[in-house]
Amino acid sequence: MYRYDEFDHTLVTERVHQFRDQVERRLSGELTEDQFKPLRLMNGLYLQLHAYMLRVAVPYGTLSSTQMRKLAYIARRYDKGYGHFTTRQNIQFNWPKLEETPDILAELAEVEMHAIQTSGNCIRNTTSDQFAGAAADEIEDPRVYCEIIRQWSTLHPEFTFLPRKFKIAVTGADHDRAAVRVHDIGLQMRRNEAGEVGFEVIVGGGLGRTPVIGQTIREFLPKQHLLSYLEAILRVYNQLGRRDNLYKARIKILVRSEGIENFARLVEEEWSHIKDSALQLPEDEITRIETYFAPPRYERLEDTVREFEVKRFEDRDFASWVRTNVTAHKEPGYAVATISLKPTGKPPGDASAWQMDAVADLAESYSFSEIRVTHEQNLVLPNVRKADLYALWQSLRDVELATPNAGLLSDMIACPGLDYCNLANARSIPVAQRISERFSDLERQHDIGSLKIKISGCINACGHHHVGHIGLLGVDKKGEEFYQITLGGSADENTAIGKIVGPAFSYDDVVDAVEKIVDTYLNIRSEDEEFSDTFRRVGLTPFKETLYAAH
Amino acid sequence: MPLIKEGVLAEDSWQSLADEDELREGPIVVTLERWQSERDSLLARNTPLGVRLRSDQSPALVAEDLERFGLVALEFPKFNDGRAYSYARLLRDRYGFKGEVRAVGGVFRDQFLLMQRCGFDAFEVADKAAVEAWEKAISEISVTYQPGADARRPALALRRNRPAA
Repeated sequence: MYRYDEFDHTLVTERVHQFRDQVERRLSGELTEDQFKPLRLMNGLYLQLHAYMLRVAVPYGTLSSTQMRKLAYIARRYDKGYGHFTTRQNIQFNWPKLEETPDILAELAEVEMHAIQTSGNCIRNTTSDQFAGAAADEIEDPRVYCEIIRQWSTLHPEFTFLPRKFKIAVTGADHDRAAVRVHDIGLQMRRNEAGEVGFEVIVGGGLGRTPVIGQTIREFLPKQHLLSYLEAILRVYNQLGRRDNLYKARIKILVRSEGIENFARLVEEEWSHIKDSALQLPEDEITRIETYFAPPRYERLEDTVREFEVKRFEDRDFASWVRTNVTAHKEPGYAVATISLKPTGKPPGDASAWQMDAVADLAESYSFSEIRVTHEQNLVLPNVRKADLYALWQSLRDVELATPNAGLLSDMIACPGLDYCNLANARSIPVAQRISERFSDLERQHDIGSLKIKISGCINACGHHHVGHIGLLGVDKKGEEFYQITLGGSADENTAIGKIVGPAFSYDDVVDAVEKIVDTYLNIRSEDEEFSDTFRRVGLTPFKETLYAAH
Repeated sequence: MPLIKEGVLAEDSWQSLADEDELREGPIVVTLERWQSERDSLLARNTPLGVRLRSDQSPALVAEDLERFGLVALEFPKFNDGRAYSYARLLRDRYGFKGEVRAVGGVFRDQFLLMQRCGFDAFEVADKAAVEAWEKAISEISVTYQPGADARRPALALRRNRPAA
């Protein structure tokens, strides 16, 4: 993992002092709420329906056990004993007091964490593949470049007041777990014909009220030019992005109105001036950061582990957890374990302080003290010996973290919705809870197979409904909560925006509708066909027919 | 309006003219439109001249003429319209402009550091409290991660120069 040096420490500490001063100016009345708002937002502090909400950055979703313990401590000391992991690999605390937020930030700084740029019209936390470093299908560990981008983008003087927020994702694997095509900039690591590693640069993707799949602006960007190229894109966007309409201000709208060719020409022109400037990454700097992400000291193990296979044979519950929550590791004898934060009937992504502490302990015992946060709002222990999986699973079960549903129907993404958010039209979390209760039979979920349901409480699409296999969007119809259903979305390397199936369903009817969709799929799927495959084959029609037959 | 230059309250020797104002003696700042329409007569005056750009007017529009100007004023119609940060970078880094780059409009203490890092060296502020806050505002964060238009050295350069441990 990356460790702060004196420069990083100084910056984060100074930022805490700066924010403390801003909060004091607000509390003393020197600043009005209007004046304070942009300052607090730059530090991830929102004012929500009931209270302030503090969003803490988890850079590219990597946490140490020490950091996780600190999050648990903050949840206990400053919040109501829990935190909420988000779709951008961050964590939110929903009940901090304004006057205590500087203290929370000081606590975070002690463990090399912060809330810088977790909100505001600036470059947000760079996200990545939750299996980075452990995935078998990876060219290189993308977190090296995430960290380089983190530093470059932190308090970037030119890009603090962009037209709108700006999100960058990096993946090093062919199978895209970081949704790079629905980010303002997506970086897909590639090897060119000469065998050098660089980036395919994708620009202008995004969800929100105008979902757009990003387009490739450059097939191959050599590593040393990463920052100058990003700076060129951002500089073009900062000058030309729309500022007259909040909903047309993202880079995707600019790319669309300019056309990708013309936009690329503008970027390349800008880049030609700064390509060989001080932004060029020296080889030794890349090496320096790479050293931090060197693989842990894996033992040399056989890939087939007898005691693991035996337990899997003997214990059906364990086998079922392994089937969904354990993923192949690049090292023989190791595995990646996903810890589901989606138990039946609970808000997706929530973890209590004692669960966080337990995960920290387990990471220390079984995963070289490292934890990941996924954009699907789960946690991951990336480096577990297969021989330890059974013990890990038993411990997880003790703290209600062993739900065997990663990738299954109940592994839903839901935004905070009307329960917390003042933008929402409808509730999200209770819908997710009702769906998971309806499908609480895990046998049934296993039979249904890989199915991603994503729920947003409003058109801003924080729940990524556009890219759900089944997407639910909360809409307001004359003061009542309704849900528009889209089908066929996807956020992986086959990125697709879901299609609206028909008229929206009421809060009461939406769970029945989801069940009908699932039953329709089960009726028409051919053997081993996943939901998304079936949808690609048959389209909307059969689902429309069953959903609206009686109407 | 109080003006901050080199960190202190400064006398403003420039007069900013609206398009309908009569030309005056001494250093004046005119809009881009006036510069474009009265170019010859403005140059004939042979006194210092500045140009004022709205946030939708890139300095690229005056790139060829920059040596004629002693000052370029960049407007912030609102504090969160950040286009002028890029414009200042272009003036300094791309066009090598050595004159005064002045921030006008929505200019607040919490932006001083960012503005200075982008190449602004003069700041029109709403009140004198902002002048008093200057020193703290530009020094409360001492680490920079990116090359800017200012003299601060980014962490990358400092790390490379430190003695091996």
